[in-house]
Amino acid sequence: MKPGIRIIPRLDIKGPNLVKGIHLEGLRVLGKPHRFARYYYESGADELIYMDVVASLYGRNSLLEVVEQTSRDIFIPLTVGGGVRSLEDIRSLLRAGADKVSLNTMAIRNPDLIRQAAHAFGSSTIVVSIEAIRHEDGTYEAYTDNGRESTGVEAFQWAQRVCELGAGEILLTSINNEGTGNGFDLELVRRVAASVPIPVIACGGAGRLEHVAEVIGAGQADAVAIASILHYAAVEHCFGDDDFSAEGNLEYLKSGQKFSRIQPVSLPILKSRLMDQGISCRPCSTKEAACV
Amino acid sequence: MSDGTRPVVAIVDYRMGNVCSVQRACQAVGLKAVITSDPEQVESADGIILPGVGAFGDAMQSLQRLGLVEVLHRVVHQGKPLLGICLGMQLLMTESEEFGLHQGLNLLNGRVIRFDCPRHDDGRILKVPQVGWNRIVPAPQIDWKGTFLEGLTADTDMYFVHSYYIVPRDPSVILAVSRYGQIEFASAIRSGNLFACQFHPEKSGPSGIRIYRRFRAKLESLRRECLV
Repeated sequence: MKPGIRIIPRLDIKGPNLVKGIHLEGLRVLGKPHRFARYYYESGADELIYMDVVASLYGRNSLLEVVEQTSRDIFIPLTVGGGVRSLEDIRSLLRAGADKVSLNTMAIRNPDLIRQAAHAFGSSTIVVSIEAIRHEDGTYEAYTDNGRESTGVEAFQWAQRVCELGAGEILLTSINNEGTGNGFDLELVRRVAASVPIPVIACGGAGRLEHVAEVIGAGQADAVAIASILHYAAVEHCFGDDDFSAEGNLEYLKSGQKFSRIQPVSLPILKSRLMDQGISCRPCSTKEAACV
Repeated sequence: MSDGTRPVVAIVDYRMGNVCSVQRACQAVGLKAVITSDPEQVESADGIILPGVGAFGDAMQSLQRLGLVEVLHRVVHQGKPLLGICLGMQLLMTESEEFGLHQGLNLLNGRVIRFDCPRHDDGRILKVPQVGWNRIVPAPQIDWKGTFLEGLTADTDMYFVHSYYIVPRDPSVILAVSRYGQIEFASAIRSGNLFACQFHPEKSGPSGIRIYRRFRAKLESLRRECLV
């Protein structure tokens, strides 16, 4: 039997809010992370990823609060990343309730952090996030700081190296495709997934459920992290009387407009369509979730 | 060490991985859970959880250094329920072949072996470790009724992260089996007051939390027996 492909909602967090970056457009506020997390948990998410997209000092404390709140009533693996600088940062996220911690910028600056972290907390706790940019000549380079900083590190060599250093999983994002809704970078995902012994979570670009099926089939991804298509389907279920006055671009919430290249789909429908195509997933059992 | 109302669980902290999520799951079902590496605290608890991720050899060394090996034997012989999770399940066995041969706690006769080239049905080699959700089904002629898996349907998905699995000498201790590619392995066992699972119930959603609830019910019923 083929093992199940994990479908992982990815929640980008800025301060106390769930946001979504749109390619070349900036951040939109979508709501409160815990409401979305709870909704995804109840509708069959296999894991969750929280990514602190600003990682400011102010945002840090509220990130720890969000993680703590999540870990009290959501019992699936939670990966937290963004701005993780040291073993002490990892320890405080784990203590707050994260199950895995994702490293990017500091891992590239100081690769030995991966080795130390895997040794201290176990490989299965350490996810390395690789944000790759495809250059016009077809080469791929690892970037840091949410795709802002060039590093000169070749993405495929870096993927090999993080495995040797003890990473447990790779979260692989295409900066070119992220937030576009045009689909995953299949070549990037396939080349990494086929060449490393650890699971690869594909991220960045899903606009329709066909894209998800593609990255599992042609891309050979072991897991898929999805933001927009799930968030835009969840947003109407995740309204509350929350206060968003603290910060952020609220245009989207106020206008109610949809983003045209995104076809929203709920987790149960996404998974059942994938299963129709012979892809094995953990079925969603909302009934059981509701009674716990 | 109990507070008179809620059963107390000692989550054995031997510096192998993150045990916070185990504590949160205990709290969610109303157990008082202390994370501890103090042998006295372990011995005075109503029940013990042995969690853990990481390497078998390091884990045994750490348990020895902290003086926890004898205590674990003692509490099990006293009849206290012990729940082993993931590496904590593997440590119950006689020995492991992880990075050379290592002696385990030997609370249960058997070995720990590595996934040897697991394959898809289509022949492709699967990645090791197994990371993700996988089904557990009852072992042949086993009924989960009366065990810590009671109430779960026969093909429940649970969350696994592991490269090794246990092979008990006595197959009758196996409650549940799972398949990774074409390899079938024991995913949950029970022997007397020992319970153990290869998956992480604290990360397996509502179905996993049910296991913690059963564990609490077991501790409560034992406590009532003591009072009578």
